[in-house]
Amino acid sequence: MLDVGLGHYLTVSAILFVLGVFGIFLNRKNIIVILMSVELILLSVNLNLVAFSARLGDLTGQIFAMFILTVAAAEAAIGLAVVVIYFRNTGSIEVEDVSTLKG
Amino acid sequence: MIAGLAFYAFAAVLIASAVMVVTSRNPVHSVLYLILAFFNAAALFLIAGAEFLAMILVIVYVGAVAVLFLFVVMMLDIDFVRLRQGFQRYAPIGAVIGGILFLELVFVLGAWQSSGQAEGLRLNAMPEGVQNTVAIGRVLYTDYVFLFQGAGLILLVSMIGAIVLTHRDRVRSRRQDIEAQVTRRTQLDMARVPVGASIGELGILRPPVPEEKPKAIAQDDHAHGGHH
Repeated sequence: MLDVGLGHYLTVSAILFVLGVFGIFLNRKNIIVILMSVELILLSVNLNLVAFSARLGDLTGQIFAMFILTVAAAEAAIGLAVVVIYFRNTGSIEVEDVSTLKG
Repeated sequence: MIAGLAFYAFAAVLIASAVMVVTSRNPVHSVLYLILAFFNAAALFLIAGAEFLAMILVIVYVGAVAVLFLFVVMMLDIDFVRLRQGFQRYAPIGAVIGGILFLELVFVLGAWQSSGQAEGLRLNAMPEGVQNTVAIGRVLYTDYVFLFQGAGLILLVSMIGAIVLTHRDRVRSRRQDIEAQVTRRTQLDMARVPVGASIGELGILRPPVPEEKPKAIAQDDHAHGGHH
């Protein structure tokens, strides 16, 4: 029971992933929390990669986790920049308002 | 034994703080719980033996990304109460979809098993007697050097993109605008008026109305750029 195996990590990361998806649905209006939920999802993916890397004794998983970290950082920077200019133009960050761009 | 206990403790705090990230009323609290979640995930990485990634997670996520979130949340003047509307409306569908997703993941977890050949199919087996950081460095700077450079390029592009998006070109100083001077309309002439004459006698000197619309001068550099 107290041995930490691959299944434990996969369970934790599955719960984290589901929480991230749930957060996207729950905070339909607050785009910042949606971005944070995306970070949670990417974190769960990293956890998966690291768990498999530790189980198999293969470094590739950790290297890919590093690249995912890079992409997550870039995504956060760009996403927050878009949020800032959107807020500057409209004065709100509600996701539903963004659809006013449509046709 | 101790590792197992530590794993359960860190995993419990990680999941609890992830729940708080999602459901917290105040986005500032969400960011702080996100930082806590990252710390606990780093601890889980440590237990799994990925020390370098754990440190990177703390430095990159907590030190940069989460603080960036914190800055943005505090910088924007958001009406938090309005953002909470519709929270209960979206909770059931989110719970249903999350539950379905979780069930699917549980099924995958139950039916999954490792292949016997997995040991032989390793791409970069962990070398014996070498620290995690050294081992990663050996692989990263040789086999994955192009990916590594590509990651750096992605970061550069995102940095430039963020700066370009949020940069506001404020007019701070009054500079000489040579283009505006050169493209100035020439219909306006110097006029010599008799000294002491009032406007009532002279009338107001107005420039003649131009036939075509005058070019937009100053501030707009793109107008002469040859788009037409």
